Amino acid sequence: MKVTGTLGILGAFLLVVACGPTVNHNQAVYVLIDTSGTYVKEMNKAQAVVNYLLGTINTGDTLAVGRVKSRSFSEKEIVAKVSLGKDPLEANVQKRAFSDQFAAFAKAEQHASGSRYTDITGGIIQAAEYLNETQAGRKTIVIFSDMQEELDYKTVRDIPIKLDGIRVVALNVTKLGTDNVDPRRYLNRLEWWEKRARTAGATDWKVVNDMEHLDRIFRKSS
Amino acid sequence: MSLLQTLLIWPDRVLLSVLVLLLIAVPFLYAARAPMHALIRSASRAVSNPLRLGSRWLADTAKRLHGRNRHVLFAHGSHEVKQTIEREFERVTTLVQRDLEGYPVLQRKLMDEITRIEEDYKKTGEVPLPPPEWVKAIEALAKIKASGDGVVERILVEIRDALGDIYQKVVGEYRSAYKERHQILKSFLPFWRSVNQTLTQVDRNITSLQVSAAKIDANVIKLENITARGNNAAHALASSSSTLFFVAGLVMLIAFGGAYVNFKLIALPMSAMVGGGDYITDTLQASEVAALVIILFETLMGLFLMETLRFTSLFPFGNITEKMRRRLMWASLIILLVLASVEVGLAVMRDAIISADVALKQQLGSTGGVVRAEAGWVTRIPTFGQMILGFTLPFALAFVAIPLETFINSARTVFGTGLELALQGLAFVLRFAANMAKEIGRFVIMLYDVLIFAPLAIERLIWTYREGAARGTKLRSMPPLKRAAGSEEAI
Repeated sequence: MKVTGTLGILGAFLLVVACGPTVNHNQAVYVLIDTSGTYVKEMNKAQAVVNYLLGTINTGDTLAVGRVKSRSFSEKEIVAKVSLGKDPLEANVQKRAFSDQFAAFAKAEQHASGSRYTDITGGIIQAAEYLNETQAGRKTIVIFSDMQEELDYKTVRDIPIKLDGIRVVALNVTKLGTDNVDPRRYLNRLEWWEKRARTAGATDWKVVNDMEHLDRIFRKSS
Repeated sequence: MSLLQTLLIWPDRVLLSVLVLLLIAVPFLYAARAPMHALIRSASRAVSNPLRLGSRWLADTAKRLHGRNRHVLFAHGSHEVKQTIEREFERVTTLVQRDLEGYPVLQRKLMDEITRIEEDYKKTGEVPLPPPEWVKAIEALAKIKASGDGVVERILVEIRDALGDIYQKVVGEYRSAYKERHQILKSFLPFWRSVNQTLTQVDRNITSLQVSAAKIDANVIKLENITARGNNAAHALASSSSTLFFVAGLVMLIAFGGAYVNFKLIALPMSAMVGGGDYITDTLQASEVAALVIILFETLMGLFLMETLRFTSLFPFGNITEKMRRRLMWASLIILLVLASVEVGLAVMRDAIISADVALKQQLGSTGGVVRAEAGWVTRIPTFGQMILGFTLPFALAFVAIPLETFINSARTVFGTGLELALQGLAFVLRFAANMAKEIGRFVIMLYDVLIFAPLAIERLIWTYREGAARGTKLRSMPPLKRAAGSEEAI
């Protein structure tokens, strides 16, 4: 009878726990890779980042890679995307396929000439749209770019954007030749982007140039 | 400015201000002495009486709990000893049914063998007939001395020869008769051995019965002591319970370690079955809950198995039939076997998932192609180890039922005793606090009188003067000190 009582309490505990509010623990990451101008040479580093992300995401998570071109607000700019299944073995196969797909893209881009303009805003809007569709618990946009936006005269991007509940990480923000002449340009550029992201409702803004310690950014708790 | 400073007449001269205030207050304090004493005493009682009451209640509760604990201890001890006696009687019954049931047959066999031995022995007792009477006559003739007569000599020689022949014949017959008897005696040997073995078996059974009887006697004496409810029996039972509690606790701790290893073995592959990445709470994954449920089921089946095998008595299975008990036992065993087999499969799957993950990470980390290591039998050892663990741990967990029962049974006694001690300790603390409150009240009264020592000294002087004056006029007794109204203490 005592054991029955103990098991009853345990069952009740599990029932209470099971009936509690469910939280979505899945994460979605959108990697925005700048393929414009000279930045296309940084593709090897971008591949390392994507491979690192593939190693860290778990079953149920989503990963997508989009490119930044002259006009980036388009589904066509999504190079590769994957929503991992619930089975770990199946997820493993999906990761392999994604890795191969991205490797092919990186190889092709390395030999291609970069786009003339850099539409980062369009890419961010596309990324936010995609991430919101995934309904993941944690959403991150990783921008692999020098953060120097250049638009043609027809493209309109000075519009308010919405990044509610999305974390933004700027990776490998390289210094341009003009930045070396006047570092304030670089700092002002980063400040402008941070302000824009936070105004848009981003939960966090980070700039990471040390590619050796990516684990600090993509830690589970962060 | 603080409240104290506002009360001071000269805030910069604290001591002087306090002294002046005291001087002003003393007449009022003297006037209010009796009601103040009553107030302090009342306050002291207001604190000490509930504490004393609480202390008494706790002491009474501890006493009642002690009685209850003792009752439970004896009841449990008595139950245990009765069960031991029952088991011993069951053993004796089995022994008697198994061995003594065949005793009539054994006895008949023994009697037959003894009868046969007796008959054969009688046969060996038959001696050959003595030589006939005429032999004596011829012996007399043979003793006649030779006189030299040739005829007589020849007759005597013939008689001697004839006697020799007869003697040889008789000795031959005698020897053959003894040879026959020896052969009969030789044929005794197997019967003797058989009888010896039978008697040894009987002796062994009787000894086993004697041992069981001695155990039953010892347990009956123990039961008598428990029934008599002596202090020695209570101490022995309590000590036994404490030891069992700690031993069972230790075994349970080891079992929990085993269960944790088992959980770790199946939590990851369970994500392939119930889906990885699904969370029930903030930190609890669905696959982890599923793994926990499997382990709990295994433990439950182990409990049922041990219960139906009569190793434990945690559930009220006494009222189910023997047939039902057997069915339940087989059902538990089969479910346990199935779960153990599932765990073997999960162990293999876990290994496959980890291997695939490692290979993927190697591929992602390397720029060139991945060189796959040759999978020899040595690399398979962890897989086999996991499979073996997966199969054996559920059965090992099944045995947790035995220490669990002991733990639950002994926990009642240990926690009961612990609670009793805690109640007694709390009662002591409350009693101590009540006494402290009472003494503080007395101390405050004395302190009050110390503050108004000057008017009290004047009062005493007046009384002494009056007493002296009165003694001069007429003899009458006066109290040496005035007592405050309702006060017990002398000033």
